[in-house]
Amino acid sequence: MSGWAKKDLLGLEYLSREEIELVLETAESFKEVTTREIKKVPALRGKTVVNLFYEPSTRTRVSFEVAAKRLSADVINIAAEASSVRKGETLIDTGRNIEALKADIVVIRHSYSGAPVILARNLNISVVNAGDGWHEHPTQALLDLFTLKEKLGRIAGIKVSIVGDISHSRVARSNIWGLTKLGAFVTVCAPKMLIPPGIERMGVSVTSSIDEALKDADALNVLRMQFERDEAAAFPQAFEYFRQFGITEERLRKAGKNIVVMHPGPINRGIEMESNVADGPNSVILEQVTNGIAVRMAVLFLVSQANEAKA
Amino acid sequence: MKEKAPVLDKEMISRALARMAHEIIERNRGTEDLVIVGILRRGAYLARRLAECVKKIDNRQIPVGTVDITLYRDDLTMLAAQPVVRKTEINFDIQDKKVILVDDVLYTGRTVRSALSELIDFGRPKCIQLAVLIDRGHRELPIRADYVGKNIPTSQNEIVEVRLDEEDGLDEVAVVER
Repeated sequence: MSGWAKKDLLGLEYLSREEIELVLETAESFKEVTTREIKKVPALRGKTVVNLFYEPSTRTRVSFEVAAKRLSADVINIAAEASSVRKGETLIDTGRNIEALKADIVVIRHSYSGAPVILARNLNISVVNAGDGWHEHPTQALLDLFTLKEKLGRIAGIKVSIVGDISHSRVARSNIWGLTKLGAFVTVCAPKMLIPPGIERMGVSVTSSIDEALKDADALNVLRMQFERDEAAAFPQAFEYFRQFGITEERLRKAGKNIVVMHPGPINRGIEMESNVADGPNSVILEQVTNGIAVRMAVLFLVSQANEAKA
Repeated sequence: MKEKAPVLDKEMISRALARMAHEIIERNRGTEDLVIVGILRRGAYLARRLAECVKKIDNRQIPVGTVDITLYRDDLTMLAAQPVVRKTEINFDIQDKKVILVDDVLYTGRTVRSALSELIDFGRPKCIQLAVLIDRGHRELPIRADYVGKNIPTSQNEIVEVRLDEEDGLDEVAVVER
């Protein structure tokens, strides 16, 4: 098996199929750790992980925090609103200060696409992208892949439909990179104004019909409609969106197959999907949350090991 | 790398394991509360074989698990090559059980130390006993084996290679000079 040599995790675009598979396999071992009575291993003892979040996020931050703690690392959370960023410090200066504190890994969430890439170029410590703008959210896609592999046994050859605001979704982009690299067939489904032009070049099919997206699909990844965004004016009305694209029990039944339903959370119940679907037998939404910890443990472990080997 | 003549062949390995199984049953006065846990990778195969031997004698299948000690190593930050994290599988409760920990070669004792730390994270066994196919000396920690297949005096610039059918396609133990 080939190893992992990257000090950073910036996006699935930059990973090979083998590297993605290594993360998924390593995560399987870490999932076992999370089932133990003592859910903690000493692998990152004495290391410091800094969560640097320029955008509000509870679930991703907490997931990274739990993952780091289960590896015995020390964790420091920095919420950018409350920090010297407000006093005008640049991203690189903030990064260098974190490095000077002798942290080992910085996990960054930023509203600007590419911020983690810039940080990684300027720092020797490991940088993990926890979501940047409309660019990538690699650990979310990795946990989606992990969950799909667990549920369906494989990724190669399966059909996955991604439904929702594709234009503004880093989750969609990371998923498309990961799924296509592992040989899955991807369809994106959204109102036309929320599909970025040229998305077909990423190797996906495009449709604006939810019934078409459901037909033959093995799994659905239902994205969150981000009505809180500034560009919300371009969005359809919530009820109108639900009428045309909402995942309902009836639509699932009509599609016939036992489709796996995923959602990165937080869910807008009654907009992206019915409550009955979110809580129903097809939903793996809470398993995604559990798997997220194992996947993030694997990522933190691998980047930290690679950086050690390099030093 | 110069390989010396094999020190154990297939027959000798299986006889050693059979004897160790007898010793385990004798010392524990039967197989009650016994569980076997092998250290990945070759210790895991030996654990399964030992459980087979015990079954032949006592007609009881005792639970077998495996531990991967990668995450518990004390030299994780010093390794040149990145270790592959394999899966620890202990699908039974070890609380108040007598655990037979199995590895192929006992050398510095650091692997066993890691495995002990990991086992104790799974519960509080009644006791842990150590079974190894080869004890080659040069301990760096206060650890000793309870059951030994064969003691092989070695120098530090030698490597003891245990080859097992399940992994290597044949059963033998050889000493190789670095």
